[in-house]
Amino acid sequence: MPMTENDATTATKPLIVAFCCNWCSYAGADLAGTSRLDYPADVKIIRVPCSCRVNPLFVLRAFQRGADGVIIAGCHPGDCHYTTGNYYARRRMSMLFGMLDYLGIERDRTRVEWISAAEGAKFAATMRDFCSHVAQLGPKNNLGELR
Amino acid sequence: MGMREKIIDRAKALLADGTVVGVWGWKRGEMPGDRVPAFFETAEELDNDFVYDCFCAANVSRYLNGRKAADGRVLALLKPCDTYSLNQMLGENRLEREAVYVLGIPTGDMLDPEKVRRAGICGLKDAKQRGAEFVFDTADGEKVLPRDAVALEKCIACKSNTHRIQDELLVDIKDQGESPVRFKQVEELEAMAPAERFAFWQKELSRCIRCNACRNICPVCSCVKCVFDNPANPVSGKANSETFEEKMFHIIRAFHVAGRCTDCGECSRACPQGIPLHLLNRKFIKDINRAYGPFAAGTDDFGMTPLTEFTETDPEPSEVVASGGGQ
Repeated sequence: MPMTENDATTATKPLIVAFCCNWCSYAGADLAGTSRLDYPADVKIIRVPCSCRVNPLFVLRAFQRGADGVIIAGCHPGDCHYTTGNYYARRRMSMLFGMLDYLGIERDRTRVEWISAAEGAKFAATMRDFCSHVAQLGPKNNLGELR
Repeated sequence: MGMREKIIDRAKALLADGTVVGVWGWKRGEMPGDRVPAFFETAEELDNDFVYDCFCAANVSRYLNGRKAADGRVLALLKPCDTYSLNQMLGENRLEREAVYVLGIPTGDMLDPEKVRRAGICGLKDAKQRGAEFVFDTADGEKVLPRDAVALEKCIACKSNTHRIQDELLVDIKDQGESPVRFKQVEELEAMAPAERFAFWQKELSRCIRCNACRNICPVCSCVKCVFDNPANPVSGKANSETFEEKMFHIIRAFHVAGRCTDCGECSRACPQGIPLHLLNRKFIKDINRAYGPFAAGTDDFGMTPLTEFTETDPEPSEVVASGGGQ
């Protein structure tokens, strides 16, 4: 079968950067692993102490260095290890992703998900879904070409 | 008696009775239409150099940053839009309230010298607003241009005509309310396809020469030490250093003032390259208003901003982004 531009499985291999909160989502990723759940190897996980540790610059830098999508995963609202970190992250990332969308970086390339330590299956499913969305978008507007 | 004379009279009185030690106002710059912020300490200086006309768009609150009451109280001549900036700075404890005496002065639409020049006005002597048009007294005689063609962007998108902080108002002002076209440009951009938006910002931001004028003029970019001045900061301080850096700089700067930006429009006015930087800040204002309820930074001097607080029922980021319009 000939390859097509939109063939998500073969045409593009997206590079996904996932910022995972140490207390919930990173443990969720561990659970996905120990449960032998399948999710794309294109996801590169960066462990952060809390979702609110993610400085907007981290996201920009990830895109600059070639990421095709960035996902931030943290504890469910109300479950933050530091009580309120993810509430701040929620507002911050809403603003940042709105701004990236406004600057022409498609909104499907950015996502925030709440994944608990018990949700290994959700972690795998989320990553599969996010990868396929990003792959469908094809190569991203190269931020390095802005000048 | 013109407005300039009224202001000078009041300023002289305040200087004479020792209420203030100086006055922050404007004087003529080198080019026609240039009005630069200036500090006046005597009545003679006011008589000789002080100017207030439709080119005095500069927001003098920026120059009060770090002012202490012990340094002596200064008179700040603030237009309605400028008072938001001062309020925001007070809320962030950037200066002492007792260090400044605010005289609220009225304003009409301010002119954009660049637009005036491009409209073919040469040998400019004087300009006056007359309703929805401006009358220019030039070397070639009188010329009339519509207000929308020559007024500053920040005046076309006026947010309010009410002073939010003052010790005294020079004259009573009737507020016309927010301009109906305040978010028009942002909405137009939002309605574009992502590739078009990308092309738009590429065209605009690639002109940046990293002169830092937008940061230096910004009333809320008032940090004692700026992150962009730190040599260890990962965002480069030079133009052309790396392909993505201008965009990085502008996104980060807009993010630093998100929720604190009073939409005074000084960044765009000061930009020597004519980059519409206010469109970044105004996008944040629009998003914040829609997602977390109406908020105007600098309405009071309380100092809380939407990004330093939260509610448990905030919308999810995907909902906020999706409600931004476009696709």
